[in-house]
Parts: sequence; structure tokens; C-alpha cells
Amino acid sequence: MAHAATHDHHDEHHGAPSNFFTRWFMSTNHKDIGTLYLVFSLLMFFIGGSFAMVIRAELFKPGMQLVQPYFFNEMTTMHALVMIFGAIMPAFVGLGNWMIPLMVGAPDMALPRMNNLSFWILPFAFALMLSTLFMQGGGPAGGWTMYPPLSLQSDSVAYVVFAIHLMGISSIMGAINIIATILNMRAPGMDLLKMPVFVWSWLITAFLLIAVMPVLAGAVTMLLTDKYFGTSFFNAAGGGDPVLYQHVFWFFGHPEVYIMILPAFGIISEIVPTFSRKPIFGYKAMVFAIAAIAFLSFIVWAHHMFAVGLPLGAEIFFMYATMLISVPTGIKVFNWVSTMWGGSLTFETPMLFAIAFIILFTIGGFSGLMLALVPADFQYHDTYFVVAHFHYVLVTGAAFAIMAATYYWLPKWTGHMYSEFWGKVHFWCSVVFVNVLFFPQHFLGLAGMPRRIPDYNVAFADFNMISSIGGFLFGASQLIFLGVIVHCAFFSRKKAADRVWEGARGLEWTVPSPAPHHTFALPPVIHDDELAHGHVDD
Amino acid sequence: MGQQQAYFVPAKSHWPIVAAVVMFLTVFGAAHWLNAAPGEAGFGKTIITIGFIGILLMFFGWFRSVIHESLAGKYDAQVDRSFRMGMMWFIFSEVMFFAAFFGALFYTRMFSVPWLGGEGHGVLTHQFLWSEYAAAWGAGGGNGPANIGGDFQTVAPWGLPLLNTLILLTSSVTVTIAHHALKAGHRGKILVFLGLTVLLGATFVYAQAHEYIEAYKELNLTLHTGVYGSTFFMLTGFHGLHVTLGTIMLAIIWLRVLKGHFSPDHHFGFEAVAWYWHFVDVVWLGLFMFVYIL
Repeated sequence: MAHAATHDHHDEHHGAPSNFFTRWFMSTNHKDIGTLYLVFSLLMFFIGGSFAMVIRAELFKPGMQLVQPYFFNEMTTMHALVMIFGAIMPAFVGLGNWMIPLMVGAPDMALPRMNNLSFWILPFAFALMLSTLFMQGGGPAGGWTMYPPLSLQSDSVAYVVFAIHLMGISSIMGAINIIATILNMRAPGMDLLKMPVFVWSWLITAFLLIAVMPVLAGAVTMLLTDKYFGTSFFNAAGGGDPVLYQHVFWFFGHPEVYIMILPAFGIISEIVPTFSRKPIFGYKAMVFAIAAIAFLSFIVWAHHMFAVGLPLGAEIFFMYATMLISVPTGIKVFNWVSTMWGGSLTFETPMLFAIAFIILFTIGGFSGLMLALVPADFQYHDTYFVVAHFHYVLVTGAAFAIMAATYYWLPKWTGHMYSEFWGKVHFWCSVVFVNVLFFPQHFLGLAGMPRRIPDYNVAFADFNMISSIGGFLFGASQLIFLGVIVHCAFFSRKKAADRVWEGARGLEWTVPSPAPHHTFALPPVIHDDELAHGHVDD
Repeated sequence: MGQQQAYFVPAKSHWPIVAAVVMFLTVFGAAHWLNAAPGEAGFGKTIITIGFIGILLMFFGWFRSVIHESLAGKYDAQVDRSFRMGMMWFIFSEVMFFAAFFGALFYTRMFSVPWLGGEGHGVLTHQFLWSEYAAAWGAGGGNGPANIGGDFQTVAPWGLPLLNTLILLTSSVTVTIAHHALKAGHRGKILVFLGLTVLLGATFVYAQAHEYIEAYKELNLTLHTGVYGSTFFMLTGFHGLHVTLGTIMLAIIWLRVLKGHFSPDHHFGFEAVAWYWHFVDVVWLGLFMFVYIL
């Protein structure tokens, strides 16, 4: 029965179909859809980045310089929405699409057509959202968190809410697909505790996505009805409460933070063992730490709201719960370091990004601990210290992990090596300038500069100028990244070996480079010594 | 699953991209309509109509191709398991969607309304803004200190809502009887009990519509009735929407039974809809308890 089924599409067995439209718009192939996700997220990375350049240009000097305050607020709002929902999340879904079937020995995702729908919703959703910038009345300018009543003043509410509904539908379908793939499509012998950590991290992330994206949909639906249908969810005169929105939003928002970092943990857990030429230290502890972080992410949401006037008992509970997260996170950091300890290390570009991730993400984690302290947070709340904190975890954390993954797997995707020289130039430019960009923002925040303002006290001038210079140079450095990718995909002549990296283990390195359009038409036979984490008796 | 068994990967399909386009048209039309000045809503209405018809056609076409593949025997046990997981996690996401609105209900009842009445740390708000307001849920307070929407009455739980509870509980039993009949291969019995389930679902929707009309006309309970009206209509409204969809799905399954699409051991479509039906049933029990009785 099943044999007959595979013969239906034998015309595609030996490579990609030639028709451009059929291949890219009607695909059921996890590699093509993964590529679409990754290209889309790269595009969004540059669009969101250009918004950041506007922000840093305006903040280069005190006083109103280039743009109107409302436009500045649109830029901060859109920068966040585009980077979170358009760049980081689709990049991880793209990586998951490409690598999870290869890593577990599956021929494709479990539900390939739904996979295509999950992707194709996104360009439309972002077209809808970005189009508000060109409409009369402008786009959303109340911050990406869209707190009422401020956010309800914009005429763009309906467009943004519907765009978020679409993104949510896309994420939920993508997550369902990933769970079904991991639980149902593993090759015989690929036990759950033999899966690569990247696959584990995505399994848990997918669960988080399904649990919280509908809550975000609910929160923005209440915004929509408050604005257009006269409900009173967030209106105190009608018995509601604007703080209710913050609770519902952050019940989504905090797990969302881990949705953007857990796959990054998975990526680092693949790269560090490869270039240390050692299996990962404490495989089971790594898996359980991810699960523990995911669990804790559901009971810490109000630490985003310490300054809003919560009852004292709530502040204390959320403070301690938040600080607990540093325990499983610490396990992960120590295990990465222990994996490197005594290994034969080499420093190719993916490894450089991974090491930078470990150091700089830890800095972001520590500033997070500072923010978790209620009395301290009263000082730091809504200052540039918060901006510095989450950019350390999202840029030098999530985005660096995505870049590391791109360099790590690009030869597997394209069949050619990228330029190691230009990769290293990209790395060193990025890692220097990102610190010039964000480190001074800690000082600005501690000195009291509020976030989301187009103008500021002259006392903050020097550090803002340094930060802006770092911002422009960091932005420009990403053009090198684009150049390296384009060169590798279209112009590189250096063929990649099947096992691109000498120390790499796992099923994805047993298939040719580039990975053929269809892999594992029959379930592969699993040999424990080929798996990155085949022996988990530690 | 044997070592040498080949996997099933579906052929290319144009339905996903069609689905993305029609979903976009629907929400774009809706957003345009909501923002249109009076008299200018025509464009948005046209787009939303096109989008909505497109969605119906898309569902029809996509499911038709899936049903054809299923009848052709292309779906092996592994594909079946993927479908089951997909439906299960989809229902979980729906549970979380309702959880957001239940959360809003609990928060406003337990916290925001009492705080506005001066309880806890709401003392100053109460004193300076609304010192006259006596906090209460339901009639005489549930619409907030500004009495938004005017005085209103709540829907009595032991009339129509109780009847609706019994209707939904009965429908859960009838759909289960139909499932057992399907496993035993008694087509006549399936048709009767599944048909009964569809009728009960439709009756529920009819009764709910009746209740809404009564609420608007006689109780002055509307969507504008402060946070009480907001939570009442959003929760029961989204639930009613789900019951409506579930009834349509059951009706389609009834037609498929009539056409002989299901066998005693190969009927995922039936089970998925039955799961969905039990889910709307359970949500209703939560609603009956927390929205109507308490």
C-alpha cells in the first residue's frame, strides 16, 4: 500500500521539479519550504534592521534630528514586531524544517501541505502589517506590546491585530507539524533520548508555541473588540482593567521569550560538540534543563509588570520564580563549557559565533537576574537597561545562534563551502560592534534614560553617540553576512564533503552535500556511533 | 512498522497558497471595513465577501483531494497517526484560546471589579474616581462604575441555558453511540444517531440565538454592557461559533457516512469531528458553571 503511494510522484524523485512556480509555491518539500522560511527571515532581518538604523540615527544626538516623534514610535514598534515575528521565529522554523527530518531520519515533515500553508501565510501577514506604515493615520506606534489604552488610539489596530492572528495561525500550524514529525516520523532506533538536542529543543518550543500563541490571539482579539465593538475588557469605567491586558499578553509574552531562545540552545548544543570533537557533556541534563525552563516560563510572566502596581505577594512570587530560571540555564552554560573542556578545539566561524553566544548570552542572562529583583526593577523598569538586556539575549543570543547555524549547515544546504575568511570578518565585525552598540545602553539605563523616546537629556549624549556608531557598523556588517551567503549559494566553487565538519556526528551528515531533494525514502538504519549523542549513559 | 516500509509524502498542491491568499483577503477586507467612514464600507465588504467565499471553496477543494487520497488507500498507519496528533494539538490550541477569555472573566470578577469598589489596593481609585460605586458581579455592578450600557438583567441559568446543557450532553452521548455503531459496522444506526447529533447541535445554536435576542431586547444585556457583557458575549459567542462549525462538520461526516466513506477500522475523519464535538461540550460545561450559574 505504502509502496504504491510513493510512485505517485516519481517524477520528483531525482531532484527538484523544474517549473519555478510549482516548485516554490506549491511545495510539499521540507527543504524547499525551509529555504523559503530562511530567505523570508533574512529579508525581514534587513527590513527590521533598517528600522533600527532610523532609531539609532535619530538618537545619534540629543534634540529632534531627523524624524517626527510619531514616526519614531512607529519605528520602535515595527522594529520589534518585524524582528520577533518576521526574523527570529521564521528563521528557527526554517532551520527546524530543514534539519529536523534530516536529523531524525524522516523523509519529510509529517504534514507537508500544512507546512507550505504555514509559510505562505507569513508574507501576506507582514504585507498587511507593514502596509499600515503607508496608510493615512500611520502604523501602530504604541510599542510592540500594544498596551491599551495607548495602542487603541491608532487606526491601524484592526490591520495589526489581523496580521498577528495570521502569524499566530502560521506558528501554531508550524508547531503542530514539528511535534507530529518528531513524535511520529523518527526512523526506527532513533529513540527519544537519542535525538539531537536541537530536535529536543524544538519539540519543547513547539509545545510552548501551541500553548501561548492562542493566548496572544485572545489578547489582541480583546483589543479589537474594545476598539471597534464597544467591549470594556481594558476599560476601568466598565469594570475592566488595562492591567488585564498586560497579564494576558505576558502570559503569552514570557513563553515567547523562550520560544526565541530554546532552539538557539539546541543549535549551540550541536555546534559546540562538533568543534570540540567530544560528545556533549550531560546530554540528559541538557534535555531536562530545556524542559525545566519551558515549565518555569509559564509562571514568571508578571516580572514584566513589577512597576504596574501588583499586590506584594505577587511581586515576591514572580521574583523568586524568575530567579529560579537561572538554575537550569546555568546547567546549560556550564555543560557547554564542560563540553569544550579538554576537547580538541578549532575555531571555524560557526564555533566562533557559538562561543560568542555563550559569553554574551550569559551577560544578557545576568542583567536579566538584576531585572528580576523587584526593588532593583523599580529603578530599571522601562529604561535603556531593559533594552540592553533583551538585545543581549535576542541579538547576541538568538540572532548569533541563527548565524552560527547558517554557517554550520550552509555547506550541507548548498553543497559548497562558504568563504571562511569572509565568515570570520563577519564574525569579528559583528561581535565587536554589537558590544559597542548595546553595552553603553546598560550605562544609559542605569543613569535613567527611558526607552522609546526620540529625544533625551544632554547628559546621555556621549553614550548614545557611541551606541549609534556601533549600531551603524553592526548593521553594515550584516551586509558581509548577506555577501557570504550569496557567494556560497551561487558562486562558490569549493565542494563540501558529506561530513562537512570533521567532528560532526548525526544523521544529517550521512547524506550527500547538497542534501538531495528527497532524503530517506526508506527509513535509515541507525548506528549509535553515528549519532551525536548515541551514548547517553552519563 | 517494518524496516523496509516506504514513507508517504503527498504530491504538490495548490491549496495551501490558495488558502493563504483567501485568508489574507478576508482579514484585509475586514480591517478595511472596520476602519471605513460611514458610506465607504463597500470596498471592504466586497473584499471580505470574496475572501470568505474563497475560504469555503478552499476548504471544499482541499478536503475533497484529501478524501480522494484517503479513499484511494494512500494513507498508511503512520499518516493516520500524524493526522491524529495534528487534530489533538489543534484542539489543545483551541483550549488555550478559550483559556484567555476565561482568564479575563476570572480576573475581572475576582480582581478588577472588587478593586474598583475599593477592595485591596484599589482604595484610592475608588475614593477619588468612583466613590459611589458598590462592586458587584452581574446585575447592578457588573458593567462597572460608569454603568456602561445602562441597567441590565442577567440570563437566568435554570431556563434555556440548562436546556442547552442537556442538549449538548445528550449530543455527546449520541455521537458516541454513532461511533460504536461505526466500529460495529451498522450503517443505519450510525446515520440515525449522527443525524440526531446534528439536529441537537442545530437546536443548541437556535436556542442560543433566541437567548441573545432576548438578552438584547428584554434584559438590556448587550456587548456594550461593561465587562459583564464583554465576557458574557465573547465567551458564549466564540463557543456558539465553535458549535456552529462543529455542527457543519458533523453534517458533512453524516453525508460521508451516507456515501460509505468510512470503515470500522479506518475513519479518522469521523473521530476528529467527534473529538472536536466533545471539546465544545466541555467548554460549554465551563461556561454554564462560571458564566451562568456562579
